[in-house]
Amino acid sequence: MAIISFSQVSKRYPGGFEALKAVSFAVESGEMLFLTGHSGAGKTTLLKLIAAIERANGGTVLVNGQNVSAMRPAAIPYLRRNLGLVFQGQKLLHDRSVFDNVMLPLIVTGQPYREAARRARAALDKVGLLRLEKANPVTLSGGEQQRLCVARAVVNRPAIVLADEPTASLDAAYADEIMEMFSAFNQVGVTVLIATHDRQLIGKWRKRVLTLDHGKLQ
Amino acid sequence: MRAWLQHHRLSLVQTLARLARSPFATALNVVAIGVALALPLGAYCLLGNLERVSGRVSVDPQLSIFLARDAAKADIAAVEARLKGAQGVRAVRFVSRDAALAELSRSAGMDEAIAGLRHNPLPDAFVVTLSSSDTALADGLEHEFRSLPKVDRVLADAAWVRRLDALLRLGRTAVVVLSVLLGLSLVAVTFNTIRLQILTQRDEIELCRLIGATHAYIRRPFFYLGSLLGLLGGLAALAIVLAALAVLNRDWVQLALLYGSTLRLRFPDSSEMLAALAFSVALGWLGAYLSVSRHLLSSHTDL
Repeated sequence: MAIISFSQVSKRYPGGFEALKAVSFAVESGEMLFLTGHSGAGKTTLLKLIAAIERANGGTVLVNGQNVSAMRPAAIPYLRRNLGLVFQGQKLLHDRSVFDNVMLPLIVTGQPYREAARRARAALDKVGLLRLEKANPVTLSGGEQQRLCVARAVVNRPAIVLADEPTASLDAAYADEIMEMFSAFNQVGVTVLIATHDRQLIGKWRKRVLTLDHGKLQ
Repeated sequence: MRAWLQHHRLSLVQTLARLARSPFATALNVVAIGVALALPLGAYCLLGNLERVSGRVSVDPQLSIFLARDAAKADIAAVEARLKGAQGVRAVRFVSRDAALAELSRSAGMDEAIAGLRHNPLPDAFVVTLSSSDTALADGLEHEFRSLPKVDRVLADAAWVRRLDALLRLGRTAVVVLSVLLGLSLVAVTFNTIRLQILTQRDEIELCRLIGATHAYIRRPFFYLGSLLGLLGGLAALAIVLAALAVLNRDWVQLALLYGSTLRLRFPDSSEMLAALAFSVALGWLGAYLSVSRHLLSSHTDL
């Protein structure tokens, strides 16, 4: 069953720039795939439409059977709780510890503290950061910071993980580490969609690839 | 439900910690709100005291009717009959010139002056109490009594009380206007304080929205911040007003003693103080609501 499906989706930004033009595709539940294309091709816009950060101008975006393009604003937070987002700009909070950064999604969704703490530590353990739980994110290396982002994205056990250039600032060894983690989550049934322009990475992982070119799917 | 309570507790603790982290800025905000609220609150208290003073004076309008010096007993009886027969008169009291002189000589320092008089200069008089404080009635009767035979002068004693009443009404309106204006300034102060706090936490708010926080969740800590600022400001305003009343009371007691009165300035009672606090908390909350809503509407989340 398709967990994400786009049909004839277009997105035009105020000012006239057409980021996506009549894009149609479907992602099966439990699939792992890449989204690629030159910079400005519309990769980030496509991810934003899935997470209801932007609204499509035409067509239908279905996520988990819900029509995201016609969603009430009050329902959007609940859609996002089912998504694990790894942001291009990381968005780690530097006024709190590694542990508290991972706790945030659980607190936002109202998990009891004890249970939340247990799950946060489990997520940190999975990405190998448990010994650094009290550290400030600033003191982490680039690879460790990216792993922290992954831990924060999956701590709520989302059905779908969306990652925007998760390996962009990392050298090859760290990039492989991150990809191993995504692959591990995918093994347990999580749908993973990774936007990247790293051709080498795509070549190595042999997954389905969606290629955008000037807002059109190839 | 438990999670909801948990977040309320967390919001409150975080807000208190945030206020404690910048004690100087917090103190300045509290003082700004406190002074803004102290003005209408103080004016309200002073007005209440003035009303109490005026309440001690009979507001029932009275007319004093002074008779001509040559009025004979028969004339006095005729006037009395006319006064008692008039519409709107509740009571008529006769004050003879001898009684008036005796009363006057009882007043401190007057007996020597009166002893020097060769004859009683005072006229006979009636004090008429009217049945209602209707101004038209008082004016009508004043006019009617003045034209009675052997009546020299008619004085309306209630005139100054009516003037004071009108002044107090003006004062009450001024307090309402002052409250509205300074209430607005309180909303403005909290609005801006919350806005600054939102700007320093902008990244956190944006992230929370991206990971599924509801608007209610994002608003909650700021509601606490606004309400707490209102509460602290309200307490500061009460402290200012109570201190000012205590200082004023010392001088007031001196003044009252000179007039042989033991009247003291009354402090606001507990229900008035609670109402003032509730008012300032509500305004702080309103400032926070406007500020966060504006941010949530205008800001755009981004990946």
